[in-house]
Amino acid sequence: MLKVFIALIVALALPPLVVDQSWLLAYLAQTATLIVLALSYNLLLGETGLLSFGHAVYSGLGAFAAAHAFARFGVPLPLLPMIGGCAAMLVAVVFGAISTQRAGTSFAMITLGLSELVAACVWLVPGWFGGEGGVTIDRASGPSFFAMTFGPPREAYALIACWCVISAVAMFAFSRTPMCRLANAVRDNPARAAAIGFAPARVRLHVLIVSAFFAGIAGVLALINVELVSSESVGLARSTSALVATVIGGAGTFAGPIVGAVLLTFFSVGLASVSTAWPMYLGLLFMWVVVAAPEGVAGLVRRDARSLCIGMLSAIAWGVAVVVPVEALYAGRTDARAWFIALPCALLGLWLARRTRTAR
Amino acid sequence: MLQWFCVSLLNGVSVGLLLFMLSAGLTLIFSMLGVLNFAHASFYMLGAYVGQALAAYGGFWFALICAPLIVGVAGALFERLLLRRVHARGALADMLLTFGAAIVIGEGVKLVWGFGPLPAAVPRVLDGPLFMLYGASFARYRVFMMTVAVVMLGALWLVLRTSKTGLIVRAALTHPATVETLGHDVPRVFTMVFAAGTALAALAGVIGAPLAVIEPAMADAMGPIVFVVVVIGGLGSLGGALVASLLIGCVQTFAVGASATAGGIAASLGVTLPPAWSALTVAQLAPVLPYLLLVAMLAARPRGLFGERTRDA
Repeated sequence: MLKVFIALIVALALPPLVVDQSWLLAYLAQTATLIVLALSYNLLLGETGLLSFGHAVYSGLGAFAAAHAFARFGVPLPLLPMIGGCAAMLVAVVFGAISTQRAGTSFAMITLGLSELVAACVWLVPGWFGGEGGVTIDRASGPSFFAMTFGPPREAYALIACWCVISAVAMFAFSRTPMCRLANAVRDNPARAAAIGFAPARVRLHVLIVSAFFAGIAGVLALINVELVSSESVGLARSTSALVATVIGGAGTFAGPIVGAVLLTFFSVGLASVSTAWPMYLGLLFMWVVVAAPEGVAGLVRRDARSLCIGMLSAIAWGVAVVVPVEALYAGRTDARAWFIALPCALLGLWLARRTRTAR
Repeated sequence: MLQWFCVSLLNGVSVGLLLFMLSAGLTLIFSMLGVLNFAHASFYMLGAYVGQALAAYGGFWFALICAPLIVGVAGALFERLLLRRVHARGALADMLLTFGAAIVIGEGVKLVWGFGPLPAAVPRVLDGPLFMLYGASFARYRVFMMTVAVVMLGALWLVLRTSKTGLIVRAALTHPATVETLGHDVPRVFTMVFAAGTALAALAGVIGAPLAVIEPAMADAMGPIVFVVVVIGGLGSLGGALVASLLIGCVQTFAVGASATAGGIAASLGVTLPPAWSALTVAQLAPVLPYLLLVAMLAARPRGLFGERTRDA
């Protein structure tokens, strides 16, 4: 696990030292934010088995509270994530009391309803949430901290990266506590957990509160990065990105959400600049992970070399089979050549996939 | 006042019956397979798009029959090829897969039909007002929509309650192993139920499309409301879905026409709201009301109106 943290620190610290480009800093800051959000989401999905569609409620409302605290009371910027995290915890105490009574399907639907409720309310009350424009902050306006004003992107990025690493370490420590083991017990067998004296609903609520705290930190990190929190920050799309990153990376391992967050940011920033069809590819990758690799991309490395190789070849063949016709359709061409390339590739992919299944 | 009430009631019931067509399929799939189909609203949208394409080719009535069949086949293939493979892993994997399918269908629709909205035509027979009610006209198309929904409900009830197929389906729900021993192919029954549910969604899509425009965002607009209906009605209860659909339809229609403010209502209850909230009118609150109703229902009665025993702790 030490390797994961060293890799994380190197990946966050090295690129800005080598290349001084503002887009790179923005990209890395976005990745760091999503890493915290996905890790906090995995406390629910991976550790407790709760599928939530309203995780952005906690990160978004935490960010709104932090933005107001920063503007009104002049809280120092480095401490702002704590404010956001605590505000998100308070929100979780209220919403969690309703949602954590049930697990599984009911929990998913209740969180979906709460998420829509909050998103609609944010539009309704422009006095608190800034309406269409959102709430903006000027991150350089706060008191300076060891001669750092956090105005330049470099200083703000350093702050975000530090908080990302601190949160990741804290969440790893949390995943080793007895409380998290109880969450695992509730995930695997709620009746038995109840029988030995731990009410499942109470355990779920506690984990939700911890998870919301880190989600609030993630929300504030996004606020520091773009200096804006708007209705998008609490919307379903943001919750969805936390879910997609966690599942693609793999909910079963601690490093999974980190891998997923890196992949998702690459898709939504890197691939989006090349192709408008990127959500399609993301959706297909998501479905492929759910069907064929439930342990996620991070879990693939655990497989043996042979099935990994065949699996990679199969994935590449499928990728070509999907990308060629999709790009042809988006370009408005409907010639047969795209299908002549795509169909053999799909068949090859299918054949290779069958081989991995028999090999296992 | 009476005119406003009657027109709102009729509109509310017609919106509610459209919602019921959607939530019936969702409830059917959930109670039979134990799968919450997040892609249900996407199949509804797919039905609207396919219906529009078929209507341009062979007219409205052709589309009304063929679009649900095509989407039903697509749903059956989805269940057979993908859902069945993950079903053994439990409800979480099911939900994730259907959620991924919702993303892919939404993007696929953009890919094939483009980002812009498409108009949906109403056939000439159904165009125009049917009758006048206290000086306000009521559209023929809405009556047609309500008729289809009621007929569909009746047919569904008849098939499930009186036919042999319905008997097998209901038995497969509670005692799958016994039904399998008696020589019925239970997985195939599940595939048929899934196909029927998606076909109902597509039917709702074809019928509901002329009330608004056909656009890639229609699934996202409809999906959460349908889930609210299913939760309020009680997961897996068809009667509950009907009552909750009508309730939500009426609440939304009445709220849009109401002129009371949140501050006034709170004052009559003896509560004072912050100034940012009290100026809101009930009409502005209309999109929030279904979700408020959901939260209130969950706080008071977590299993919904007609929900049965809880499936999970």
